[in-house]
Amino acid sequence: MSPTLATFLIVSAALFCVGLLAALSRRHAIFILIGIEMMLAAAGLNFIAFWRFAPQPTPPTGVMVTIFAIAIAAAEAAVGLALVIAVYRHYHTSNVDQMDQLKG
Amino acid sequence: MSNWIVAHLWLIPALPLAASLLILSLTNARRPLAAGLAIAGQVLALILSLGAFWPTLSTPGYRLFHNFTWFTFGEQTLRLGFVIDPLAAVMLVMITFVSLCIFVFSVGYMAADKNFGRFFAYLSFFSAAMLGVVIANSLLLLFICWELVGLASYLLIGFWIHKPSAAAAAKKAFITTRIGDIGFFLGMLWLYGRSGTLLFYDGGNGALENAGLLSLGAVATAIALLIFCGAAGKSGQFPLHVWLPDAMEGPTPVSALIHAATMVAAGVFLVARVYPIFSLGAIGGVTTSLTVVVWIGVITALISALIALAQADIKRILAYSTVSQLGLMMVSLGVGGVAAGIMHLLAHGFFKALLFLGSGSVIHGCHEEQDIRRMGGLRGVMPVTFLTYAVGMMALSGVPLFFAGAWTKEEILHATSLWSVSRVPHYLMLAGVVLTALYMTRQMIYVFFGRRRAAAEHAHESPAVMTWPLVVLALCAIALSVVLTPAWPWLHDFLLGEKAAVDLGSLIQPGLYVAFVLVALGIGLGVFFYRGAGEVDPLERAAPPLFRFLANRMWLDELYDWTILAVARFAARLADFLDRYFWDGLVRLIGGLGQLVGSLTKGFDERGINAGVNDATGVVRGLGRLVSVRHSGQVQTYLGVIAVGLLALLLFYAWLT
Repeated sequence: MSPTLATFLIVSAALFCVGLLAALSRRHAIFILIGIEMMLAAAGLNFIAFWRFAPQPTPPTGVMVTIFAIAIAAAEAAVGLALVIAVYRHYHTSNVDQMDQLKG
Repeated sequence: MSNWIVAHLWLIPALPLAASLLILSLTNARRPLAAGLAIAGQVLALILSLGAFWPTLSTPGYRLFHNFTWFTFGEQTLRLGFVIDPLAAVMLVMITFVSLCIFVFSVGYMAADKNFGRFFAYLSFFSAAMLGVVIANSLLLLFICWELVGLASYLLIGFWIHKPSAAAAAKKAFITTRIGDIGFFLGMLWLYGRSGTLLFYDGGNGALENAGLLSLGAVATAIALLIFCGAAGKSGQFPLHVWLPDAMEGPTPVSALIHAATMVAAGVFLVARVYPIFSLGAIGGVTTSLTVVVWIGVITALISALIALAQADIKRILAYSTVSQLGLMMVSLGVGGVAAGIMHLLAHGFFKALLFLGSGSVIHGCHEEQDIRRMGGLRGVMPVTFLTYAVGMMALSGVPLFFAGAWTKEEILHATSLWSVSRVPHYLMLAGVVLTALYMTRQMIYVFFGRRRAAAEHAHESPAVMTWPLVVLALCAIALSVVLTPAWPWLHDFLLGEKAAVDLGSLIQPGLYVAFVLVALGIGLGVFFYRGAGEVDPLERAAPPLFRFLANRMWLDELYDWTILAVARFAARLADFLDRYFWDGLVRLIGGLGQLVGSLTKGFDERGINAGVNDATGVVRGLGRLVSVRHSGQVQTYLGVIAVGLLALLLFYAWLT
C-alpha cells in the first residue's frame, strides 16, 4: 500500500502539534526553539506532500520553498541560540517564565 | 585737489579715531606702538588739515561743503555734511598741530604710567571728536561730536580713576557741561522745527543762509540763547565754569588739550559757527542774544581773573586764566569782533598749550608737586622750561610786539571800545588785562624766581621729548604774532574773507598804547607785590578776608552746594521717600490684590477643575489597570493565546463553509 496524501498530512499535523506543545509547555528556551523548529519541519513536510501529489510534471516549487525554509530556519536557529545565550548571560537563567520584562 | 579734500574731510577725524581704536585693541605692554599710532594718526590729520587749509588761502570767502543723506524717515531726509571754510581750516590746523605737540609731550610725561596705551587711545579719541566738531556742516553732526568731546573729557579727567577727587572732577565736568547741552539740544530741535534743516550751508537752503534765517524770525534770539547755553557749558562760562578748574585732576597733557586745542575751544567755535543766528536782525551790530553773550563773557572774564590771583595750585591758576580768556573771547564775539575772538582762540590755543605743558614739565621736575608756594628759583634748574614758560606768560599777558596774545587781545579791546550799547565792558576788560598780567607775574615769580623752597630742592629739567614740544609751541606763539599784527592783519582778513593789506598807520592808535601801558602796569605791580614773597601770599597778609574769598573761588562751589545742589538733594530725598513709602506701598497694594486674585483662582482650580479632571483620569486608570493584568510578559502565554485564537478562527471558518 503506497502512502496517500492524507497520511502525510496526518503525520505533518501530528508533528506540528508536538512542536506547538513543546513550544507552549517547556520552560527551557532551547526546547522552545526546538519546538518551533518542529513546527517549521511540519510546514515543510506539507509543502513536499502537496507538491508530490500534484499532477505531474510540475516545476519543483514545493521542494524549492522547503529548501529555502530550511535555510532560513538554520539562520533563525543561529540567531535564536545567540539570543538565548545573551539572555542567559544577563539573567543567569534560560527559563522563559522568569523572562517577563523587555528592559534589561 | 580741493574737491577731493572736501569729499574726504571726514578722514581728518577718522584717522585719529582709527588710531584710538587700534590702540585700544593692543595689550598694555605695546607702549611704543601705542604712542606711535597716536602720533602717526595726528601727523596724518595735520597733513590733511594743511591740505584743506591750502586752497582756502587762494580765494577770499572760500567755502566748500559736502552733504550726504544719513537716513530717511517718511518724507523727511536727515542730512549731514562737512564744510571747509577759513574758520574751520585754521581751527583744523591749530587743533592738529597743538594736539601733536601735546601727544609728543605725553610720551615723556606719562612714561611711568601703567595705562600708557589707554591714555593715548583717549587722547586720539579726544582730538578726533574735536576735529569732527570743527568740520561738521550740520548742527546735529556737530552736536554728536560735541557729546563725544564731552565723553572723551570725562574719560581723561578721570584717567587716574583711583583718585576719588579725579573721579568726582570727571563727573562734575560731565554733568555741568550736560546742563548746558540740554539747552543746546532744545535750541537745535527748535531750529529744526522752524527751518526744517540742520545743515549750516546747503547752497542757499542751509540754516545759516538766507532761507533758513528768514524762517527763524523772532525766535532766533531764543534759539541763539539756548545754543549759547551749550557753548557756555563747554567753554566754561559763568555760571557753568566750575567744572573747568576741577578738570585739573586729569594728567597735565589732558589739561593742556582741554584748555588749548579741544574742549573749551568748542564753545567759542560753536558761537562763531552759528553767528548768523546770533546776529540775525541786528541793529548796529547789537542783538539781545549777543548782549547776553557779552555780559556773560565780562562776568566770567573778571571773576576768574580775580580768583586766579589767589590760587596756589600752578594748574588751577592756568585753569582760571583759561576761563578768563574764554570770557574775553565771548565778549569779543558778542560785540561783533568775530575774527578777533577766533584769532584770540587760535593764539590762546598755542600759548595756553605751551603754558600747560610747561606747568606739566615743572610738576614733573618737582616730583608731582603742584603748589607754587613750595617751588621757587627753578629758573636755573630748568632753563628750557623757564624760557618757554616766559614766552607763554608774556603771550598770555599781552606783552607787545613779538607775542601772539598781545595783538589779539588789543584787537578785542578795540572791538569792545566800539560797542554801541555800553562802554562798561571795555573798561572791565582793560581791568582784566591788568589782572591777567598781575597773576601771571605772580606765578612766574613764585615758580621760577626767588629762594628755592621745599619742592624745588631736588628739581631737574625734563627730558628732551618734553622740552621740544615746549620749544616748538613757544616758537609758534612768537611766529604767530607776525600774521596777527594790525599792521598786516592777514589772519583777521582771512577769517573775514578779505584781502589783507599792509597798513603801518594802524600801529599808531591810542587804544593800542593804553593796552600796552596796562600790561606794563600789571607786570610792574606783580613784580612790586610779589618780589621776595614767601610761603605766605602778600595779598593774604594785606587783606586776609579778601584772599580767603578769592582762594575759595568766591565760594561759588559752596553757593551751588547750598542752593542748587541742596534743592537737588532735597528732591532726591523726596523722591526717595515717595519711592520708599508711596510708590512702594502702591506697588505692594497692587501686588496684594494680584495675590488675592491668584489664591481665589487657585482654589477654584483645585476644587473645581482639578477634581473633575482627577475623577476622569481615575476611571481611565482603573480600566488600564484591569487590562494590564493580562500583559504578564510570559511569552508562552501569548503563544498559547495565539494558538487558541488561530484554532478558533479555523473552526469558525470551517463552520462557515
